[in-house]
Amino acid sequence: MDQSVIEKMLSTIAGITGKVEGAFNLRQNGQGVERYSTENVKIVSKTDRPGIDILVRPGTRGESVHIPVILTESGLDDLVYNDFIIGEGADVTIIAGCGIHNDGHAKSEHDGIHSFKIGKNAHIRYVEKHYGEGTGTGERILNPTTLITMDEGANCEMEMVQIGGVSSTIRKTDATLGKDAKLLITERLMTHDNQSAVSDVVIHLNGEGSSAQVISRSVAKDQSEQVFHPIAQGNAPCHAHIQCDTILMDGAHVRSIPEIEANHSEAAIIHEAAIGRINNEQMLKLETLGLDEQEAEKIIIDAFLD
Amino acid sequence: MLEVKNISFEVAQNDGTTQIIKDLSFTVPTGRLTVITGPNGGGKSTLAKLIMGLEKVTSGQILWNGQEITDKSVTDRARLGIGYAFQQPPRFKGMKISRLLELAHGSPLSEEECCSYLSKVGLCAREYISREIDATLSGGELKRIEIATLLAKKPELAIFDEPEAGIDLWSFAMLVDTFDKLRKSGEQTVVIISHQERILQLADDIMILQDGGIRAYGPKEEIFPTLNSINMVSHACMTNERGTC
Repeated sequence: MDQSVIEKMLSTIAGITGKVEGAFNLRQNGQGVERYSTENVKIVSKTDRPGIDILVRPGTRGESVHIPVILTESGLDDLVYNDFIIGEGADVTIIAGCGIHNDGHAKSEHDGIHSFKIGKNAHIRYVEKHYGEGTGTGERILNPTTLITMDEGANCEMEMVQIGGVSSTIRKTDATLGKDAKLLITERLMTHDNQSAVSDVVIHLNGEGSSAQVISRSVAKDQSEQVFHPIAQGNAPCHAHIQCDTILMDGAHVRSIPEIEANHSEAAIIHEAAIGRINNEQMLKLETLGLDEQEAEKIIIDAFLD
Repeated sequence: MLEVKNISFEVAQNDGTTQIIKDLSFTVPTGRLTVITGPNGGGKSTLAKLIMGLEKVTSGQILWNGQEITDKSVTDRARLGIGYAFQQPPRFKGMKISRLLELAHGSPLSEEECCSYLSKVGLCAREYISREIDATLSGGELKRIEIATLLAKKPELAIFDEPEAGIDLWSFAMLVDTFDKLRKSGEQTVVIISHQERILQLADDIMILQDGGIRAYGPKEEIFPTLNSINMVSHACMTNERGTC
C-alpha cells in the first residue's frame, strides 16, 4: 500500500502528521507495526489474545497516548482487545481511531474491544475517530465496544466521531460510575449512501454524586439508517442528561429510543431527542450572506458535527 | 439606488387571496438612511422580505442599481450587495459566533475584528466569540449578533427588520449610536424597520406603511412632525363594525 495513503489516514483519524509525542502504538492490517512506551505510559502486548494493555502510572499528568489502527487489505477481519488501566490521579489524553482503506471487493472489518479502568480522581480525554475510504465495493465495517469503569472522583471525556465512509457500525458503550465520577460522551456521526449505524449506550450511575452527560449529534443522508438507544440508569443520588439531535436528509431513516431509569429517589435524569430536516430559516439566513444552497447546507452540517 | 415599481404581494387565505402589499412604488436613494414605520400588520416586514427575495412579489418590479432583481434568488441579491438582518434570527447548533461573523464578512476575521463588530451592538465581545449560536443565548443576545453579522457583511444596501425588538435599554443606546455612524458615513444605503422614536430621529427619510400602501414618504423634517397626527389605526380595524379592535 502506498505510504501516502497511510499517512493521510493517520492524519485524518488521529491528527498524526509526523513524529508522535508520547506513547504510541500503530496497528496495521492486524499486526502491531510500531510502538513506543514512555516512563509513565507502558504499552505491552497481551499474551492470551490479540491486543495491548496501556498502563498509565498513578499521578502521570499531561501525557498523550496515540493508538491508531489502519486496515488497507481487503478481506481482513481484525479483532483486538485493548485494556487501559489509568492510575490514581493521572491526567492523560488518549487518541485512538480507525481508518479502513478498501480498494477490493471483500469486506474489511475491525472490531475493537476497549476496556477502561479509571482510577480514583484520574482524568482522561479519549478521542476516537472512525473513517472509511477506497474504490472497491467491499464493505468497510467498524464495530467498537467500549467498557468503562470509573472509581471515585474519576473524570472521563469521550469523543467518538465517525466522519464518513463506514458501511456499517454497531457501537456499544457501557459505563459504570462510582462516587462523584463524571462522564461526558460526545458522539458525532455521519452516514450516507446505504450505510447503517447503531449506537447503544448504557450508563450505570452507581455512586453518590456521580453524573453523566451524553451529547449525540448525527447527520443521516441518502438512504442510510441510524439507530440510537442510550440508557441512563440512576442507582444513587446522581444526575444524567442525554441529548440526541439528528439532521435527516434525503431518504434516510433514523430511530432514537430514549430510555431512562431511576432506582433511587434522588436520581435526576433527563433525555432529549430531536430528529428533523435542516431548518429552512438557517438556510435562508446563510443565503442572505451570499451562500448558495449547497454551500449553506454544508456549513450547517459541518458546524453541527464540529 | 433601490427602485420599487408597482409591487404587490398576495397570499392565499381561506377561499381567496389577501393582498399584503398593494401596488407599491418608491425609490430609496443611495447613501441615505430610510426608516419604514407604521402600525403592526401594515406590511413593513413583508416589504423588507420582498426586497431581500425571502418572499416573491406577485407582480411588479424591483431594481437595484438599475438592474432588475425581481426574479433573482436570495443568494444572487446578497451577492449584488443587499443584506438583511432578520427580525427573528435562527439559532445554529454547533456554530460559533466568530464563524457566523466570518461567513457574513466573506473572509477570515481576527479576534480583534470579531470583537469590534460585537462591541458595536453592545456585547462584551471576548465572552461571546467562541460561544455557539444555540439555545444558551437569550433572544436579545441573538438579535444583537444578527445585527453584528450585517455590520460584518457591510452590504451596499443594509435592511434591518425591527432591530430594537428584544434589546435592553443600554444596548439600544449603543445600537442607535451605531446606526448614527452608519448614516453619517454615507457609505451604505440603510433601510430600518422600526417604531422607535430615537431611530426615527436618525432617518434621512421616513416612510409610513399602512394596510400595504404608503401613507407618507419623505424627508424626516417633513414626516416626523406629522407622526402624532396620523391615525395609525388600520383601515381593516376601522371598518370592523363591532369595533372590537
